Amino acid sequence: MNIHEYQGKELLRASGVPVLDGVHCKTVDDALAAYDKLNSKVVAVKSQIHAGGRGKGSLYSPTSRELVMEGGVKIAFSRDEVKTYAENILGNILVTIQTGEEGKLVRNLYIESGCDIVHEYYLALLVDRENKSVMIMASTEGGMDIEEVAHNTPELIHKISIDPNSGLMGFQNRDLGMALGLSGKALKSFMKMLAKMYAMFVSNDCTMVEINPLVKTGDDDIVALDSKVSFDENAEFRHKDWDDMRDLSEEEEVEIRAKESGLSYVKLDGNIGCLVNGAGLAMATMDVIKLYGGEPANFLDVGGGANEEQVKTAFSIILEDPNVKGILVNIFGGIMRCDIIARGVIAATEALSLDVPLVVRLAGTNVDEGKAILAESTLNIHPADDLAEGAQKIVELIGGGV
Amino acid sequence: MAIWIEEDAKVLVQGITGKQGMFHADKMVEYGTNIVGGCTPGKGGQTVELQGRNFPVWNSMTEAITTTDADATVIYVPPPFAAEAIMEAADAFDSVKGEGVIVCITEGIPTLDMVKAVAYVYNRPGIRLIGPNCPGIITPGENGGAKIGIMPGHIHAKGRIGIVSKSGTLTYEAVAQTMSIGEGQSTCIGIGGDPVNGTGFIECLAAFESDSQTEAIVMIGEIGGTAEEDAAAWAAENVTKPIVGFVAGATAPPGKRMGHAGAIISGGKGTAEEKFAAFEAAGIACAKDPSELGSVLLESLQKAGLR
Repeated sequence: MNIHEYQGKELLRASGVPVLDGVHCKTVDDALAAYDKLNSKVVAVKSQIHAGGRGKGSLYSPTSRELVMEGGVKIAFSRDEVKTYAENILGNILVTIQTGEEGKLVRNLYIESGCDIVHEYYLALLVDRENKSVMIMASTEGGMDIEEVAHNTPELIHKISIDPNSGLMGFQNRDLGMALGLSGKALKSFMKMLAKMYAMFVSNDCTMVEINPLVKTGDDDIVALDSKVSFDENAEFRHKDWDDMRDLSEEEEVEIRAKESGLSYVKLDGNIGCLVNGAGLAMATMDVIKLYGGEPANFLDVGGGANEEQVKTAFSIILEDPNVKGILVNIFGGIMRCDIIARGVIAATEALSLDVPLVVRLAGTNVDEGKAILAESTLNIHPADDLAEGAQKIVELIGGGV
Repeated sequence: MAIWIEEDAKVLVQGITGKQGMFHADKMVEYGTNIVGGCTPGKGGQTVELQGRNFPVWNSMTEAITTTDADATVIYVPPPFAAEAIMEAADAFDSVKGEGVIVCITEGIPTLDMVKAVAYVYNRPGIRLIGPNCPGIITPGENGGAKIGIMPGHIHAKGRIGIVSKSGTLTYEAVAQTMSIGEGQSTCIGIGGDPVNGTGFIECLAAFESDSQTEAIVMIGEIGGTAEEDAAAWAAENVTKPIVGFVAGATAPPGKRMGHAGAIISGGKGTAEEKFAAFEAAGIACAKDPSELGSVLLESLQKAGLR
């Protein structure tokens, strides 16, 4: 789960990590009031969306798709500039390198005080899958695309791995600060800041906290100028406050609805809907559809113990997508019995009066009973014995690839 | 021989009195797994009826292992308490007998809980953790065998193919594919789809390589992380037995979590394309479609003079 920069900064501030004064705004009037309140000669006017690359992005009108302004993060030197930038950002579409061509509608703005920057650094805390621990990554090359830095000058990226039982140790913290070339007061403020940030990472069940840039000011203070924070959804049960931070407008509504029914659904661009049990098999089903010339319309895992109702919900979610021209059901029955799935499929197709071709591949527990139930039905259901056959059939039935 | 779990391994069930635990414990007994009892704190002294037989329940894992001399435990404890259950089992196996296998089925354990639990297990070198978020491990026998997890037992048969996979149903698919060419399995392991887990691909490959019953290996990966690439590079140097591979998620869009918490392409890393390329560079015979795993395996066996 991702949150906005302004929410991440609220968390950092509450944890004792230095951030600049700033105000979250939803309207141009809010932005002007924020400017008056901050009493700073220079302010940053920052678009708030769940994607990176905002500074280098472009804003477009949602109706005419005409370019409104280059840059989703602006430095304003006057009240008038704040007004202009806020007007150009709010309600328009921001397209960045991470949003894809369709971009994202900007509904939130953050107005932040300026500061005197001496150097920009990169800092990230994340879960390192390979070392099975929390890793802290830092670089003197802040404000840049870190993947490029990692690729071209890997020696400029410094990493430390944290033992969960001892936590971030003083010497590790100092080593990292010194690797960034910090000394004296700046090194001290870096170490104090990082200890607090690590504590925040752990207590909030983060999967990532990325600060790009982290800056050193003229007074040798270390300040987080940006924040990108993600939470581990598995830990939602112990963080009741996440509900208030969740911006549903940044998420796919249908994916949320699927999740509430115990289904895992991701919409894709193709025209063959898939209904599968198990995440790995669901991915493999999409891959095989593509292999035989089709394009999958979605990823959908009904889970290990789906009932008739869930199968029906799964069908209706797939059919909401107007691009869907056919559906492939692929079930390997383990604990889930094929006869129950077959009944579920029949009930769903009848209830939803399905009018697109349907191919059903069943294997595993009670497969013969399942196949018999489908064969007896008068509905237009095409059986398949294995995944390859199923994929070929559905591609053929919808008249070839996209 | 098989790996880590013998056909007659003595197995405990943590969370045996819960709905999931009881349901799957019953299926395991039905398959022939040597279940010796279970553990649910606060319900010690009770018994649970499985397949018409009564099984004892203990309050603690130390008590359960001391009494039964169990070899392994399987965890069906809800996510908030699962990491704690892993650590309790690790501590008990370590102090009572210095060794033991912990299989954690639970899906949805917080990642930082797993970071802690994995470090705890690693500090006890005799203890092996499989999972979490996995179907478990099965060593099919002549009559029954040891099924420790949620996989359908009846699709398996004893044989010489070792299977290791991140996914559940895709593992079953691989099992069915071996059966379609008349081959059974030595041991099948689901290592789980979470970003932070216990036993990884390399440990499984190493164990299959040194197991006399295993003559060929099927390895199934999925997008996310670099475990497949690391395992392929390791296998190129260390594994002499034929390996057949598949990677799920070639059509998955970047930045989207595909069901499993760990199945996500982030920062351009962890794509199926890279993983297939690493497999091929390591001499692993790849199937681009899981329905072809059987025929690719058959070809590899023939090439190695095993058919």
